[in-house]
Amino acid sequence: MSEDMSAYPLRLEGDDVPMVRFMNVTKSYGALVVLDSLDLDVAAGEMVSVIGPSGSGKTTVLRMLMTLETINGGVIYVDGQPLTHMEKNGVLVPASEKHLRKMRADIGMCFQHFNLFPHMTAVENCMEAPVHVLGLSKKEARERSLELLQMVGLEDKVDQHPSRLSGGQQQRVAIARALAMRPKVMLFDEVTSALDPEVIGEVTNVIRELVDKHNLTMLMVTHQMGFAKEISDRVCFFFGGKIEEQGSPDELFGNPQKERTQQFLSAVMEAG
Amino acid sequence: MSYFEYLAEFGPRFVDGTIITALQTVLAAVLAIFIAFVAGLMRMSPNPLIRGIATVYIEIFRGTSLLVQLYWIFFVLPLFGITLEKFTAGFVAVGMNLGAYGAELVRGGILSVPRGQWEAALALNMSPTKRMIRIIFPQALLNMLPPWGNLLIELLKGTALVSLISVSDLMFEAKQINSTTFLSIQAFGTALVIYYVMARFAITPFMRWLERFMSRKLGRA
Ligand SMILES: Nc1ncnc2c1ncn2[C@@H]1O[C@H](COP(=O)(O)OP(=O)(O)OP(=O)(O)O)[C@@H](O)[C@H]1O
Ligand SMILES: [Mg+2]
Repeated sequence: MSEDMSAYPLRLEGDDVPMVRFMNVTKSYGALVVLDSLDLDVAAGEMVSVIGPSGSGKTTVLRMLMTLETINGGVIYVDGQPLTHMEKNGVLVPASEKHLRKMRADIGMCFQHFNLFPHMTAVENCMEAPVHVLGLSKKEARERSLELLQMVGLEDKVDQHPSRLSGGQQQRVAIARALAMRPKVMLFDEVTSALDPEVIGEVTNVIRELVDKHNLTMLMVTHQMGFAKEISDRVCFFFGGKIEEQGSPDELFGNPQKERTQQFLSAVMEAG
Repeated sequence: MSYFEYLAEFGPRFVDGTIITALQTVLAAVLAIFIAFVAGLMRMSPNPLIRGIATVYIEIFRGTSLLVQLYWIFFVLPLFGITLEKFTAGFVAVGMNLGAYGAELVRGGILSVPRGQWEAALALNMSPTKRMIRIIFPQALLNMLPPWGNLLIELLKGTALVSLISVSDLMFEAKQINSTTFLSIQAFGTALVIYYVMARFAITPFMRWLERFMSRKLGRA
């Protein structure tokens, strides 16, 4: 797709540069347009929840930001720098692998199905990238990892392989593993959806602690409306590849303006 | 002549033949594994030329007879100035043939690792090479071990063909002994049992052990 890139700044400057900016971002699979001219800013330190019906493009938003998907139009900026593009002779061109590797360092992601490395213990999962990507010594990486595993309440499971851990424990390891890279932005894609109800709290408690004590920027896709309401600075309701409505949790849950938002919320409230 | 007398007389030659067969098997296996990994990875390359070369190799070696390949390597290559000793020609032919089958096992093993593993490794900003070597390969290896066990038994059986270019392996010795004694049941019966024992009591237990060892290492025990 040839798009006039001169409409996009080479970098974002000024006083209130957002940590993440989606600018006119389009994503399609063949003829299916999954995200249509998306504009979304996430401020530094902000926790934004993404809700919406299945297939509305929530996961795709996170995957594009994690560079797991390429985009078909627009630009994503992270910390003021273009992520999906890079500057070449004064214009933005699609990012090279090298540029992506530099930019990805700022972003971490947790997945619905954990995706822990099964051939490594909990602590080895956490140490892997610090050692083999950041080049930390094993000792440093281990210390950093143990600290994080302790923070997520797994100090007694550090030497267990994922197959020996419950879903809730695995997801907490996955959070520690992502944090070990010290990202500025954390992405959570339905991290509690694959969990038994009684262990969901273990994981939400960890996220709650991150919100309270760490200055991370977070983007969280969730089906848990109660948790989203409690913890978010802002909630975005996605519908058909667009942000149908967004606002503070009180506004969006308490007084939704759009009919689709009202329908969606009353449907999920009824379901439980 | 009783079978004991038969063995007393020809046993040492069966042993010699068995040793050659074992050597052919090990060398061919090493070559096959090497080729399988190289060709299997090339098959997955984003570069169409690299992929094409591997595909052609695999097609040729899987689509034609091992015996014909053996004769090509031993009798035809010298016409192009590449002369291999018969022992070398033997295991090279077997290794190249089974390597082509192994390449598909390698590819299948890598594809069997869930996508989420690649994605998690990418999300941790690991380089493509590190993702492959540190995350995907160890898991792929475990997944592909059982079919490799079968392939190695095929490979052992395939080495019998090297007797046709006069490598003095087990089959060659059996034929030689048969042609002087005409005791066919003893000659080929003994060979049959030895091949079976090598497959069932050497290769199979070794592969089982390797699977257990790897599973433990990968924390799946
Ligand atoms: N690799 C792909 N190829 C084709 N279509 C895809 C692909 N990935 C996603 N889609 C489509 O894109 C749309 C948005 O998918 P996405 O996974 O972002 O939805 P979601 O909002 O996360 O849904 P859910 O709540 O079910 O997780 C869906 O229609 C989906 O079928
Ligand atoms: Mg989703």
